[in-house]
Amino acid sequence: MEHMKPGEIVELFKEKFNDSIINSRIEIKTAGLKKNSYSLIWLEIELKYFKEAVKLLCTIQFPHFAIISDNDTGEEVKLTYHFSLYYGERFKEISLNITTNLPKNNLKMPTITDLIPGAQTSEREMKEMMGITFENLPDLPNVFLPIDFSKDVFPFRKDEKGIYPLSKNGKHIGGNIIDKEEEVKKVE
Amino acid sequence: MNKKTYSIPIGPVHPSLEEPMTFNFEIYGERIEKVYLAPGDNHRGIEFMGRQRNPIQIIYLAERICGICSASHPFAFCQAVENAAGIEVPERGQYIRVIIAELERIHSHILWAGIAGHELGFDSVLYISWRAREEVLDLLEYLTGNRINYGVFMIGGVRRDITEEQIPRIRKTLEYYKDIYGKIEDIFLKDPTIALRTKNVGVLTKEDALRLCAVGPTTRASGIKKDVRQDQPYSAYADLNVKAITPDVLTGEVNGDVYDRIVVRLLELVQSLEIIEQCLENMPSGEILAEKKLVKLLNQLKKTKGEGIGRHEAPRGEVFHYVKLAEAEVPEIWKARAPTYNNLMPWAPMLLGEQIADIPIVIASTDPCIACMDRVTILNKANGQKSILTNKDLHELSVQKTRRITP
Repeated sequence: MEHMKPGEIVELFKEKFNDSIINSRIEIKTAGLKKNSYSLIWLEIELKYFKEAVKLLCTIQFPHFAIISDNDTGEEVKLTYHFSLYYGERFKEISLNITTNLPKNNLKMPTITDLIPGAQTSEREMKEMMGITFENLPDLPNVFLPIDFSKDVFPFRKDEKGIYPLSKNGKHIGGNIIDKEEEVKKVE
Repeated sequence: MNKKTYSIPIGPVHPSLEEPMTFNFEIYGERIEKVYLAPGDNHRGIEFMGRQRNPIQIIYLAERICGICSASHPFAFCQAVENAAGIEVPERGQYIRVIIAELERIHSHILWAGIAGHELGFDSVLYISWRAREEVLDLLEYLTGNRINYGVFMIGGVRRDITEEQIPRIRKTLEYYKDIYGKIEDIFLKDPTIALRTKNVGVLTKEDALRLCAVGPTTRASGIKKDVRQDQPYSAYADLNVKAITPDVLTGEVNGDVYDRIVVRLLELVQSLEIIEQCLENMPSGEILAEKKLVKLLNQLKKTKGEGIGRHEAPRGEVFHYVKLAEAEVPEIWKARAPTYNNLMPWAPMLLGEQIADIPIVIASTDPCIACMDRVTILNKANGQKSILTNKDLHELSVQKTRRITP
């Protein structure tokens, strides 16, 4: 099988989805003394074409699915699906990362488990940790959180549904900074 | 005939493996009809903790995700940060990283071989293989100061050099394993009882391995030539000719059973010895760390905006880390994925149709980093009678089966 070049893969996606590809980037990394290289592709696509994009990806080769990364940016939730293509030959594998944005008021995602069954664990993780509803994903119990865990708290969220403590002015501040002095005072 | 099934929950804690996990089985007679997996008993929220720490602090947190893969997680994490920040690791640092990672593979695979022996009822194999494992642990202690949690990895390279004086000691260990490899192969691949207990047991077909995105020796034993060290060579692996090992190299056929998983791991042991030898021969001189002043490094990372992924072929399969830096003290996102995460779903097709006595070896055959069982409750649905099978009983069942079929 003739492998597509990273540039050709990006072109293929752009041809099919035109302006729906918000961002695309190819990175070339080198390693070792001989400075051999491998490539990574980063794509950002509009939510409505996301499933189509995964379908298109499956026509190139059945991809290996790694995991979904989540990012709560405040207004929306960014999900990045990490795939890789062309295993089995030296230096041929291409990592492909497809990002899509979900508006906070409608956290719905099409499931890709009908195309790639191995994605189930990760989708269930996103469901319980991020509060994302996956359409057509069977309603299975929690994978990582206790079964009786609150259905209104999502640990990876950085808004009022997350589990971050409040700051001095009563607002969540990016979720990353915890006011240690305040915490100490509480203990005292 | 009334086809009544019984449910057996196995888990959540088992002393022979590292982490707890629950398996719920539907059993008809001795045969497994359905499998429900329920992990999460050991979810410590490490990613959440990491999102409140700076990248250098996360290295040590990543190291403690797993005691056995304590080089693999920092390896992948450091790569992810380096990719995000555009830091180049000096070549010598890359070679030392590979040497430590391969030593870890040797100790992990021997540890697994011992557990496999134990699950089958060959406890002498457990003692002998774990005795053999001590040699590489001693070497790791000699090189890094610790048997596990080596503390060698740093963003931009490694913290400790391998000096000229240390190389003879490394070679001594390599010779030791070359000497005893014949014996290990003899025990696992030529013993008729082990073959009886492991051949055609816990089969994972090539299609299932692909569909369910299995990784590591589990997927390679099913005939998929997938190995990050080969497919996307990173670090010093780019200079070394690493080939994904499938069982047909030795046996000429691929069955995807427990036996094939043993074959793959044993062959990878030899491969690791060869990789370390190549590294020692070709290791360039020079710096081992891109930026020695850690305060400066932290400042640089604090001003960085970008995202990166790090992949490493750990003993159990691909470890995947994703980091997003957003000009802040702490990373915006840190996502870590261990190989067992992907090897979770393939357990179902492996276990279906097998017997209760095969549960321990089939579960152990993917080398899970999640533990399975402490005790088993068999609930008789018909009369509500409850009997508890302890880990000892379950182990005894497995031992009895081995004795029964021994020729």
